[in-house]
Amino acid sequence: MTLIATQSLTKTYGNGVTALADLTVGIEPGIVGLVGANGAGKSTFIKIVLGLLSPTSGQVRVLGLDPTVDGRQVRARVGYMPEHDCLPPDLSAAEFVTHMARMSGLPKTTARERASEALRHVGLYEERYRQVGGYSTGMKQRVKLAQALVHDPDLLLLDEPTNGLDPAGRDAMLGLVERIGTEFGISVLVCSHLLGEVERICDAVVAIDGGRLLRSALLSDMTAATEVLTVEVSEGTDELAARLAAANLPVRRDGRLLLVPLADETTYDLILTAVAELDLPLHRLDQRRHRVAELFATGPVASGEPPAALAGAGATEGGIR
Amino acid sequence: MSQPTGVIHDIGYQRYTGPRLGRRPIVGALYVHGLRAAFGLGRSAKAKVFPWLIVGVVAVVAAVLTALRARTGQALVGYAEFTEMLSMLIIFFCAVVAPELVSRDLHNGVLPLYFARPLRRQDYALARLAALVSATFLLLAGPMTVMFVGAAFSVDRLGAVWDELGDYLVGLGYAAVHAVVFGVLALLVASLLRRRAVAAGAIVGSFLLTTPVVGVLMVLPYERATQLAGLASPVTLVGGLGDWAFEPGGEAEIGGYGPLYALTTLGFVVAGVLLLLARYRKVASK
Repeated sequence: MTLIATQSLTKTYGNGVTALADLTVGIEPGIVGLVGANGAGKSTFIKIVLGLLSPTSGQVRVLGLDPTVDGRQVRARVGYMPEHDCLPPDLSAAEFVTHMARMSGLPKTTARERASEALRHVGLYEERYRQVGGYSTGMKQRVKLAQALVHDPDLLLLDEPTNGLDPAGRDAMLGLVERIGTEFGISVLVCSHLLGEVERICDAVVAIDGGRLLRSALLSDMTAATEVLTVEVSEGTDELAARLAAANLPVRRDGRLLLVPLADETTYDLILTAVAELDLPLHRLDQRRHRVAELFATGPVASGEPPAALAGAGATEGGIR
Repeated sequence: MSQPTGVIHDIGYQRYTGPRLGRRPIVGALYVHGLRAAFGLGRSAKAKVFPWLIVGVVAVVAAVLTALRARTGQALVGYAEFTEMLSMLIIFFCAVVAPELVSRDLHNGVLPLYFARPLRRQDYALARLAALVSATFLLLAGPMTVMFVGAAFSVDRLGAVWDELGDYLVGLGYAAVHAVVFGVLALLVASLLRRRAVAAGAIVGSFLLTTPVVGVLMVLPYERATQLAGLASPVTLVGGLGDWAFEPGGEAEIGGYGPLYALTTLGFVVAGVLLLLARYRKVASK
């Protein structure tokens, strides 16, 4: 069953701002990333999915229901974690999540049990009787996730779940979201403006910009062709490039970097052998990050950098842009 | 869980297959939550101070009146006058509780969490209003019950108890009118302001704003202006309605305008509730 399906969904606000324009997309169960810059229409999309906003035109179906008509049924089966602060500081996490569970229609004792469970699953157990006001940002994000999870929804909507977290907290939160999607069997829609973050955990990515669909695809389709290794040596870059080319690797230059498509594990060996035989100081050999980003960098809002394939070809030695 | 071996079993995530309650139990749970919050129950000690201070003062007034009645054998203050006498305290109570119920949710950003759940926006507004009105009513009804019990024991014949009961029930009705009118205005004002302290001040202000108008109309040398003066302020509006409907022989001040006072009160409440619902329709779509 399609999780969320929209058909030329358009939302224009009273002041003439178009938040969504003719958006047609089908989102399948799994972990799906909704990527776009701030103001791309992610929040508007979520509000329409929750049935809190009516679209100006077009259709939307969530879990097989129309949220503009059956908003209550949709909201009973959806968990929502907003981007901004939404926790009362003078309540304990346990009390707050219990109250939110009751607001989702769980009976009193069940609400308390499931609140404890949800808090345990997000990694808060001992601390759950402390006031939320004293929590760190990472703990608050976990409480926000727990309240979205407490009533066992079929679909979780997470709006920027890693907002304000340090790198370790980010990893922990992404790991948690991945677990929810895989182990718990709950579909997740993760909104983010950081593509690199989403691609680590998502099965599919939907990218929107200015309320329009840029691209929607399974991550496996997107990245298969673009697994790229980055090689950096502090000298002899040209020699290495020539050597790798001789070894039948389609190598490209990107400034000081060499980019080599990753065919299989032997690619690593070929590169390492070439570097060792030329006796070059190797700085870096890793998989290129933000690889999905390159797929989106061709749109009208291309980031400052031209696509990697074009750069570097004619660049002078050590050209730093 | 409490196995002697001390082994912790990770039972993993379990899907919930139990009952999911419908609209009425959810609204009921929110109402009870609000009613408890009004008296600071389930909140920090700080949140209990103001509501219970006011409850304490009202209780002391009621206790003194009951004791005096037991000694002197006659009521110094009737049930209706009791409510009117305490109108300033009722305003303070609403000014403390209404922001606690709605401004706090606005300030903390909790509202999107409510509205992302089955609860309807108008359900939220009405459950909060019901909680505030009930809390205000309880504030008055509790001490009045003490007064009634005290009086019932101090009268000498059984028939007098029935008379007393009638007065008591009418008094409760009048208290309920106060609770509704004051609650609607207080909650409407609080729903517009995010900061609790500001909201509390604004509520007191909204009740007192038009009192000078009443004062000026009162001193005009026209009988009609004097009789209609009460319409200009919520406190005197309810007072006028009380003179007509709840206090026998109290119509002197408002002349024959009792029904007008009743209609105005009704219109005031209906308009307040509609504005409140409109307010939450708007806030949810943000």
